[in-house]
Amino acid sequence: MNKAVLEAIHITKYFQDPVRVQVLKDIEFSLIEGEFASVIGKSGCGKSTLLYILSTMDTDYEGDLKIDGVSMLQKKEVELAQVRNEKIGFVFQFHYLLNEFTVLKNVMLPGEKAGKFSKNEIESKAYEKLKILGIEKEALKKPNQLSGGEKQRVAIARALINDPIIIMGDEPTGNLDKKNSEIVFDIFKELAEVYHQALLIVTHDIEFAAKTHRIIEMEDGRIINKSVLPTKPIGNTG
Amino acid sequence: MKAKLIYEISLSLLMARWKQTLVAAIGVTFSITMFIALLSFMSGLNDLLDGLILNRTAHIRLYNEIKSTENQPITLYSKNSKQHNFISSVKPNNQLPQIHNSAAIINALKKDARVLGVAPKILAPIFYNVSSINLAGIVNGIDAEEENKLFSFQDYVVEGNYMNLKNIPNSIILGKGAAETMLVNPGDIIQITTSNGDQVQLKVVGIFQSGILEIDKAQSYTSIATAQKLLGESNNYITDIQIKLNDILLSPIVAKEYQQLYDVDAIDIQTANSQFETGSSIRTIISYSVGITLLIVAGFGIYNILNMMIYEKMDSIAILKATGFSGIDVKWIFIAIALTIGIVGGLLGLLFGFGLSALIGHLPFETASLPTVKTYPINYNPAFYMIGAAFSIVTTYFAGYFPARKASKIDPVIIIRGK
Repeated sequence: MNKAVLEAIHITKYFQDPVRVQVLKDIEFSLIEGEFASVIGKSGCGKSTLLYILSTMDTDYEGDLKIDGVSMLQKKEVELAQVRNEKIGFVFQFHYLLNEFTVLKNVMLPGEKAGKFSKNEIESKAYEKLKILGIEKEALKKPNQLSGGEKQRVAIARALINDPIIIMGDEPTGNLDKKNSEIVFDIFKELAEVYHQALLIVTHDIEFAAKTHRIIEMEDGRIINKSVLPTKPIGNTG
Repeated sequence: MKAKLIYEISLSLLMARWKQTLVAAIGVTFSITMFIALLSFMSGLNDLLDGLILNRTAHIRLYNEIKSTENQPITLYSKNSKQHNFISSVKPNNQLPQIHNSAAIINALKKDARVLGVAPKILAPIFYNVSSINLAGIVNGIDAEEENKLFSFQDYVVEGNYMNLKNIPNSIILGKGAAETMLVNPGDIIQITTSNGDQVQLKVVGIFQSGILEIDKAQSYTSIATAQKLLGESNNYITDIQIKLNDILLSPIVAKEYQQLYDVDAIDIQTANSQFETGSSIRTIISYSVGITLLIVAGFGIYNILNMMIYEKMDSIAILKATGFSGIDVKWIFIAIALTIGIVGGLLGLLFGFGLSALIGHLPFETASLPTVKTYPINYNPAFYMIGAAFSIVTTYFAGYFPARKASKIDPVIIIRGK
């Protein structure tokens, strides 16, 4: 049951410009289903860089990356786009919603791209996701009519639309006030514990990280601590 | 499904910047409109000018030129001896410029499948007698019916009926210039002097206007029989045989063939009027290059607008890529925007182009030299519309392709991390 959804195998990365600097040094860890992990570390320690490699958007690295047990090394740009579409959900610090479309359409877009269901099915799924996040009433509004916290929740709904095996977040609460941060955290926690969603969240909010199941701490491009916090059980079914 | 989604996204991006889109589309519309109108007008004008000559010129003209024989009697006499003959003051022998055995030739020509029609003609130099003054002129003896069939003779007869030439004996159709000089109208009798010195009275049954002043001043038409009478020749005397072919392009080859076959001189229209081809093709080149320049300028407009749109929509492109749209998808989104502008603008351009050329086609255009033309000539050739449509799509595709390629190469990591 507890199979690894994400495996980083000896990932090393250099920045070439302006001089060759090693930013990631032999990163190795894995994440299993239903695990809610946070990556913390000081600014410039390489945590965001690592996240973008794990997200398949950055392909300039050494080592191997396995998502759902499949190596990403030999994949072409189109195939990687498909992996991102089907297996990974993203939440960024900024919401990145398209103002030309309604909230509902924003959530539906990745689903329509995947093309696995009919438009009506995707629409009802999108409503379902918006309901989980408590913003189904805003579905037909344009994103610029929503508050910051609501926009971020729409972004989370969009990340969930294709039932990804992992949700990745790059400072998803970075732009939010305390109250909204807590709402977002609670949503993540619910996803992990009720829906057994794996989550990997990069944050510099120690308080936020402390409440997750697992903290991966980085310093100078290395993981210095990838302990699983003993107090939290992982996956309470099966 | 996928294409529909991509088109849906590009349409929303397009509607979000509808004002710029409109300007770009108007650019395409304008250039296609001008392209169509320009080509239709130019080509109409070309046809008109070519028609001025082509319609009343035979594709092949058979005649007998007055010239000295190539084989003088002395060459026959000295055939096998080694001697050079120097003959001075060679004269053509005493014969008329008539085509021998013309009736048989005409019959044979009429049976040739390549021939559209044959019209015999007699050229006779005469003098018009106006009181005591003699004006030099040429009378053409024609078969009115055949002449009309091949060269639309009735279009140039501005007063009277051309068939009177056949129905009324001793009748003449005068050129407008000649009629004005002599102050005569249809119904009047004029007197002419033939080249033999005989004076003949003829009845004016019509006035013709060819549009070429020199011709209208000197030339006139009469029937074949009258012309033969004027010259005092028998009824098989013909000086010219005019031939129209089904395919004008064949005329140089066929002319050579007839020259050998019937032992006459033959000249084809291409040789006789080579300057017209040149004029037409240069006018066509000019109109095409102006039209294409307009389209390319419109293409640059689209290119600019798409480039701007891409800078504006960096975030959207980044998130589309992050959520699983590949570079190719993004590229097609922007190409679809460009093509939409091109197709909508192009279609409107075709419609307006048709409208504008129809408008030009209704403007009055009256000139003394072209009696049959009342409005500006327009050629509604569907080929122009095809070219316009194809070109609007091709230009906008390329105008969209380069910005789209740029968009497809945007690295989402750089955009997202840059925030």
